Amino acid sequence: MAGDKAFLQFIQVKKTYDHRTLVVKDFNLEVAKGEFITLLGPSGSGKTTCLMMLAGFEDVTSGEILINGRQVTSIPPYERNIGMVFQQYALFPHMTIRENLAYPLKIRKQPRQAINAKVNEYLALVELQDFANRYPGQLSGGQRQRVALARALIFAPDIVLMDEPLGALDKKLREQMQFEIKRLHEQLGFTVIYVTHDQTEALTMSDRIAVFNQGIVQQCAPPHVLYERPANLFVADFIGESNKLSGRIEAVDDQEVSVRLSDGALVRARKANCTQVGQPTTVSVRPEKLTFTDRLGNAGNQVRARFLTSHYVGEYIRYHFATADGTELVVKNMNDSSAPRLEPQQEISLAWLPQDSQALDRPEAPTPS
Amino acid sequence: MNSTPAYYGFWQRLGRLLLKLGSWLVLLFLILPILVIVPLSFNSEPFFSFTEGMLTLQPEAYSLRWYQEVFTDPRWILAIKNSFIIGIFATLLSTVLGTCAAVGLAREEMPLRRFITALLLSPMIVPLIITAAGMFFFYSDFGLAGTYPGVIIAHAALGTPFVIITVTATLVGFDYSLVRAALNLGATPLRAFFDVIMPLIRPGVISGALFAFITSFDEVVVILFMAGPQQRTIPRQMFSGLREQINPSILAVATLLILTSIALLVTLELLRRRAERLRLAPAE
Repeated sequence: MAGDKAFLQFIQVKKTYDHRTLVVKDFNLEVAKGEFITLLGPSGSGKTTCLMMLAGFEDVTSGEILINGRQVTSIPPYERNIGMVFQQYALFPHMTIRENLAYPLKIRKQPRQAINAKVNEYLALVELQDFANRYPGQLSGGQRQRVALARALIFAPDIVLMDEPLGALDKKLREQMQFEIKRLHEQLGFTVIYVTHDQTEALTMSDRIAVFNQGIVQQCAPPHVLYERPANLFVADFIGESNKLSGRIEAVDDQEVSVRLSDGALVRARKANCTQVGQPTTVSVRPEKLTFTDRLGNAGNQVRARFLTSHYVGEYIRYHFATADGTELVVKNMNDSSAPRLEPQQEISLAWLPQDSQALDRPEAPTPS
Repeated sequence: MNSTPAYYGFWQRLGRLLLKLGSWLVLLFLILPILVIVPLSFNSEPFFSFTEGMLTLQPEAYSLRWYQEVFTDPRWILAIKNSFIIGIFATLLSTVLGTCAAVGLAREEMPLRRFITALLLSPMIVPLIITAAGMFFFYSDFGLAGTYPGVIIAHAALGTPFVIITVTATLVGFDYSLVRAALNLGATPLRAFFDVIMPLIRPGVISGALFAFITSFDEVVVILFMAGPQQRTIPRQMFSGLREQINPSILAVATLLILTSIALLVTLELLRRRAERLRLAPAE
C-alpha cells in the first residue's frame, strides 16, 4: 500500500439498467497502487457491474471513475489498458497458448523478438513452458486459469480485474490458485480488483475488502477489521458466522455500550452502528469467541443457555445452545482436553469478552447506508 | 450390422427384408434419372437413347464428341464463363452481406431481429417466379435488367439466406466473452471481429458461400427474366438447347454439372467435420 492514495477512484458511481432501479447506488472507493482489493457480496449485489464499468463493458449512469486522476468513463475498453481474468477464462480456442499470450503484444505492435521473449517469461512464470503449443481445449481447468492469468498480466496493465476467476475450479485447485495469484501479485506488484462471493477467498487474499449488498458498499476494510469489527449486521452475518442476541441499548460510553438482553441479562459490547439509548440492537459474537464460563472466569459478559446438541467437526467441536427466549447460540471449541462433555438440556453459563462483541442494528430496522 | 433381434419370427424377418428392399427402390428412383444421363453423354450418335452398340458395349458406340462440342461451341463457352462470373460475384456479395447480417442478428439486443430475419430469408420462401418477376420490373426501372450487375445482385439476394442460416448456426452458443477479452487486450471492435469471431465462424461462412454458389449456378428462373443474350448461363443455355438444337451436348454439360455439385457437397461435408472438431476442442 504505497503512499499515493487514489491511484484508482470511484466517485459517486451509480448504475441503472432500466432507469428505475439502481444496481449500484453511490459507489465510492479509493485504491492505492499495488493494492489487492476484493469486492465481496452475494450475487446480484452490484459487484460485477462495478468491475464491468471499470473495464469499459458497461456505461456509468452517473459519477466518475478516475485512474491516475484521469477520467476513464469516455475511453473505450480497448484503450483502457486494464487486464482482465474472465470467469470462464475466455481463452481464444483457435489460438495456441503461445498465440493467446502473444495477442495483446501483437496488437501493441511490439517487435517479434520482444514478444517471444515476453511470452517465454510469462510461460515460465505460470509454469506452463511445456504447453506453449497446445490449444486451450487440451489443458485442464487449472492450467487454463493460469494461462488466463498470464494473458491478463503480460501487457503490464495498470490494473488487473478478476471476475470470480476461481469459481469453476474444485476446492483443492482453488486454494492452490489463490496462493499462485498472491505470489504473482507480490512478485509483480500490480493492482488487483477481485470479485468473488467466496468469503474465505476474500479474507485470505485481500489487502482490503469491500462488502457489497443491494448496490451499496456495507463496509470497506482490511480482512481482520471486517471480521473482528463488522460495521453492521449484514457484514457480521455474511463474513463468517455470528451469534445474535437481541436487546435494547441502556447506556453509551466512548467505546462501548450496555445492552439489556431480552432475557434480562445486562452485557457490554463495542459501539458500532447502534448508539442511541433505548434503540433496539443485536449483539453479535463469533462462535469461537463465545466460550464456557470456567475458561473466562467472571471477566466478561454472561448468558444462561441450555445445551442442545454438539457436532464433531474434527479440528473443533460445535456446541449448539438455546437461551430462555429461544435464541440459538453456537460455540466452537478446539477439539482438545478443554472440550467439555455436556448432557442434553443441561443449563450452563456462556461467556465472552465485551471487546469481542458488537452492538449492531436489528434486522427489523432499515439498514442505514 | 444386419443383426436381427433373436426374438423376431418369420413374418417379422420378412417384413424387415421388404422394408430394406423398399428403401433401396426409393433411393434408386431418386438417383436413376440423374445417373442415366452420364453414360448417355458419351453416346457417339446424336440420340437421347441407348443405341444397340452402347448396350452391347461396343467401343465405337462411345465417344467424347459432345464434350468436344461443348468446349468448342462459342455459345456454350460464353454460358460457362457467365455462370462462373455471375456465380463468383454473387457468392462474394451474399457471403459478405449474409455474414454481417447473421453476426448482427445473433445479438440479443438487436431490435426487431425476428422480423428482420424473416425479411432476409423471404427469398427462400416466396415462389421463385414471383421474386423473379418482381425483380425484373424493379430492376428495369434502374436499368439493371439485362446487365451483369443486375443478374449478380439478383443472385446475391437468392444466396444471402443460405449464408445467414449457416453462419447463424455456427453462432449458436458463441461465447461473447471472447470478444470482450479481445477488446480488453486492446483490439478494436473491427480487429476483434477478424481475429476472434471470424476464425470461429469460418466453417459456417464457407459452407454458406458454397450454398450461395450452387444456388446461382443452378438458377434458371431469375435468369430467364433478368438476363439478356449476353448473360446466358449454363442452365439458361441448356433450357434453350432443349428447344432449339436437340443433341446430347446438353447431357455432357449435365454430367459436368453433376460432378461440380458432388465436388461441392464433398467440400461441405469435410468442412462440417472440421467444424465439429473445432467445436469439441474448446472446453465446456
